[in-house]
Amino acid sequence: MIKIDNLNFSYSKHRILFKNISMQLSNGHIYGLLGKNGAGKSTLLKNLAGLVYAQSGKIDVLGFDPAKRQPALLQQICFIPEEFHLPAIKIDSYIKANAPFYPNFDHQYFADLLKEFDIPAGQKLIDMSYGQKKKVIISFGLATNAKLVIMDEPTNGLDIPSKAQFRKIMASALTEEKCIIISTHQVRDLDNLIDTVIMLDENKIALKASVDEVANKLCFKRMKEIDETVIYAEASLAGYNAITPNYHQEDSKLDMELLFNAVLAEKDKLKPIFN
Amino acid sequence: MEFRENKAIYLQIADFVCEQIMLGKWPSEQKIPSVRELAIEMEVNPNTVMRTYDLLQQKNVIQNKRGVGLFVTDDAVSNITVYRRTQFIDEELPTVFRNIYLLNIDFDELKNRYDTFVKENF
Repeated sequence: MIKIDNLNFSYSKHRILFKNISMQLSNGHIYGLLGKNGAGKSTLLKNLAGLVYAQSGKIDVLGFDPAKRQPALLQQICFIPEEFHLPAIKIDSYIKANAPFYPNFDHQYFADLLKEFDIPAGQKLIDMSYGQKKKVIISFGLATNAKLVIMDEPTNGLDIPSKAQFRKIMASALTEEKCIIISTHQVRDLDNLIDTVIMLDENKIALKASVDEVANKLCFKRMKEIDETVIYAEASLAGYNAITPNYHQEDSKLDMELLFNAVLAEKDKLKPIFN
Repeated sequence: MEFRENKAIYLQIADFVCEQIMLGKWPSEQKIPSVRELAIEMEVNPNTVMRTYDLLQQKNVIQNKRGVGLFVTDDAVSNITVYRRTQFIDEELPTVFRNIYLLNIDFDELKNRYDTFVKENF
């Protein structure tokens, strides 16, 4: 669905974000895009949606070059930015103005999502809290039935019950035809939804691996003492939360925060394991 | 569902499904939730539930009836017992043994306690 070849991107000479990034993403998956502040998560997402232009390299999304912004592609992309502005109108006017850009827009699905999120349909967008507005644009985005769903920090601003609703909605939104990419710092909100991790660091893709592959190759466990098998560990009350190579084919639960810190700290030890 | 640490999510969901079957909540020959339905209930990626269902089909706990859906097999309960037994022996028993050894617990004492436990609980 998405093919990136040797992408180079920088906002200025002094701020280079991507150096020769290449990767492929396919439909039927929820990708989790992780990285430190300023690593370029949002910029990568914007590249995919044709919102910024790369200096060199090739991006192919559903057979199109997103930088050309052809309607045939844009109607297949749902982009939910972290920061957004909604006009001072009622929800139904917003739908009337924006839904026609998406030929597969499903009005019933939109109504169902609003209901699931507890948003009264007749409400004015201006009277809503940030979290409520976010729920409206998430609902709108999913109701477009776009094949590529891009969400930048979707759980920011959602209250605790809404996060569970969001997870249920995303679990049901994933179909064989869709590719969903979610960038997030709130990995605990989403770690059971993500099936493939993409980690950006130092202008590169530091890791791209399915959760199954990570769990095949690495073991996440509590240890009383650190020994020489440990790749990375963090002290905790009960000893250490550690990552070791998965010598005995154990089926441990991937701890995404621990993995994230391990990738940042122990790139050289992890690289040979994943190549 | 609240997931525990240190056990893969697809296995924890397998435990959940087995428990529903053993408690009689999912009777045999009854259609079980689809991958999508269970993923929504568990708030997990549908691919994870797919992996759970693949595993349970291998263990003959559930079966796919073409065009109809997934069903609990007739001998699901005995197959679960076999599956859980190996799992217990492979994964949990070593920890128990380790503690018995470290704490120097006598086998006779263990047997007495086990008998009392069974008497009190079952």
